[in-house]
Amino acid sequence: MADVTHKPRPKPFSIPRQPMPEQPPAVRVRNFREVPYGLTPDLAIQEASRCIQCKNPQCVKGCPVSVQIPEFIDLVARGKFIEAAKKIKETNALPAVCGRVCPQEEQCEMPCVLGKKGEPVAIGRLERFVADFERVTGNVEIPPVSAPTGKRVAVVGAGPAGLTVAGDLVQIGHDVTIFEALHKAGGVLMYGIPEFRLPKEIVQAEVDYIRNLGAKLECNAVIGKSITIDELLTEEGFDAVFVGTGAGLPYFMNIPGENLIGVYSANEYLTRANLMKAYAFPEADTPLVKSKRVAVVGGGNVAMDAARTAMRMGAEKVYLVYRRSRKEMPARIEEIHHAEEEGIEFHLLTNPIAFHGNDDAWVTEVECQKMELGEPDASGRRRPVPMKGSEFRLPVDTVIVSIGNGANPLVPSTTPGMDTNKWGNILADQETGKTSKKGVFAGGDIVIGAATVILAMGAGRKAAAAINEFLKTGVW
Amino acid sequence: MFPILESREIAQNVYLQRIHAPRIARKRKAGQFLVLRHTDTGERIPLTIVASDPAEGSVTIIFQAVGKSTSEFSMLGPGDGYLDVVGPLGLPTHIEKFGTVVGVGGGIGTAPLLPIATSIKLAGNQLLSIVGARTKDLLILEDEMRAISDEIVVTTDDGSYAKKGFVTTALQEMIDRGEKIALCIAIGPVPMMRAVAEVTRPHRIRTVVSLNPIMVDATGMCGACRVSVGGTTKFVCVDGPEFDGHQVDFKELVMRNRAYLREEKTAMEKFEHKGGNCMGSDIATSARGGN
Repeated sequence: MADVTHKPRPKPFSIPRQPMPEQPPAVRVRNFREVPYGLTPDLAIQEASRCIQCKNPQCVKGCPVSVQIPEFIDLVARGKFIEAAKKIKETNALPAVCGRVCPQEEQCEMPCVLGKKGEPVAIGRLERFVADFERVTGNVEIPPVSAPTGKRVAVVGAGPAGLTVAGDLVQIGHDVTIFEALHKAGGVLMYGIPEFRLPKEIVQAEVDYIRNLGAKLECNAVIGKSITIDELLTEEGFDAVFVGTGAGLPYFMNIPGENLIGVYSANEYLTRANLMKAYAFPEADTPLVKSKRVAVVGGGNVAMDAARTAMRMGAEKVYLVYRRSRKEMPARIEEIHHAEEEGIEFHLLTNPIAFHGNDDAWVTEVECQKMELGEPDASGRRRPVPMKGSEFRLPVDTVIVSIGNGANPLVPSTTPGMDTNKWGNILADQETGKTSKKGVFAGGDIVIGAATVILAMGAGRKAAAAINEFLKTGVW
Repeated sequence: MFPILESREIAQNVYLQRIHAPRIARKRKAGQFLVLRHTDTGERIPLTIVASDPAEGSVTIIFQAVGKSTSEFSMLGPGDGYLDVVGPLGLPTHIEKFGTVVGVGGGIGTAPLLPIATSIKLAGNQLLSIVGARTKDLLILEDEMRAISDEIVVTTDDGSYAKKGFVTTALQEMIDRGEKIALCIAIGPVPMMRAVAEVTRPHRIRTVVSLNPIMVDATGMCGACRVSVGGTTKFVCVDGPEFDGHQVDFKELVMRNRAYLREEKTAMEKFEHKGGNCMGSDIATSARGGN
């Protein structure tokens, strides 16, 4: 490893933002390997040298878990990669994940001073680099945890929110058990985000880190079915419960033909491909249809993931059908860019109104309608309005509906005293995660609706602090 | 690891296994199911819980070895175990004192019927049972059903045992002789459940069926198991598995269950080639929707 401590630091503004090498589109569309290779040590040092070490760093304020950004970047610039990783881990237990899937352009990198004149420091890429460096070189150290407090916490759901809560609480001496409904921990990091964007090996390494800190993990436990929240608090003897069950209920469009074969929810399509590894069928037992022409409905990150997965499953044509314009797309610019590079064909201002099938009930066409933008709606985005007589049909053999997810009712419906809103999201205090039920906290997508990994982690961080306070004082 | 305590073939290609899964054994009610996975590359297979023993911490399943996964399951025994057992899933059967209840089990469907019929009987109902199979060798749980029933009719399609004919014929005879049937519960292959619903429909006999679509997570997350009931889309894993048989779109269900026929065949051929059981595979029906 290059030790550049003695080299003089170059002038920050003289260096351009360093590109991250990645697989060329023509190659990567036929494999599931990760798209970017990541920065090399030299590129990382070069990039880190661009940081001007602001006295009042705005980047930290943009980070939901307040990573000490200038400090870790300074360590990178000096070639102290392991120390940099430890610095990040003081406030973020999942840096290899965040370095990959956080929308840095709207968070830490947005207020970066360098961005005012040119391009901001590539904070996300540097975070990813140091986390990978630490893991690949076998330098992950388990920090000492505090003496046992004797208090027991149940964390429901091993996704980003739950893992953060578990990591924080176990380090300060609480006895933490994470309950996960699926057979693998990680939540959306395992079933939703594809291998080529977030390798599952990395997710499991981050889960292992939380377990090595001392958190217990019980998979195959469907809270609300196998055990209820009330049972956790009574029979199982937990002093507090954190509910981070995510947004796991797929929305469908409720249009004719939606139950034809070949019409999937993005959740199903991605779960088969990611968690169940259907791309390796028949070596893996779970199959996924071999599609030729695929229409993905939606404009979010999940839609991009589904479209790019369909391409890698061997589709000849993948259409992305979105009812608003590119400007309103909720997906990250980088994801939209990657999807376009990979040959996904965008049909914008286009809305499906029906699916048509053959005699065997397989979907064969998506009937669409062109839209135009009208007045702004509740979300502040201009409402798409159908154009009369603009109907047309796209020939397809697969449709992936990716228009969002709601709250899974399994926990709320079996937890008396825990209030929800009209969409089924748990009502919880934004600062503390406290629900209407004593001893029960909640955070992440189950509270705010489908959002991002880092926002769920931010909610987990706040809830962990509030849980600790509750366990210490007993005051609700 | 969830150890297998017992495994035996109870009819041609039909297996009963007792698995150590204490949490599920404590919690499950009649009508609920579980999900099994046996290897790290394995698929998630949903199967009805036939019985449980909370003291022993065990649950009993019965399945037909029809595809690769269930064929591999059938080769497991004491000393082996499942990597993952999840449950109890689905809503329990609604049990109350209805009066006279007819329980109709077809083929492997008699396995999920048994715990429901038992609860129905224990709730003080008169239980009339009809248990059928294609042929004698495929008939299961006759003695167990006889033990809880006030009356039982056994049928085989080919007449190789007991009464020749379909379960629907026996049901029609019960109706014709004037039985006041408050509820009919029918579980078996989709065509059988559809046929039962058509027999009871003109008599307005409430008919409950238990559905077996393709599932992946089985916790409401994927929607693979969606089915139209009275024109509304339901997820069988969380809204079911039981629905009003007069409202279910069986045609759609049959079609959707055929979604992975080609892949199932590929998997089975590869499995047999590798020297697994060389058994005839009837891949059009599965134990409980495992694909």
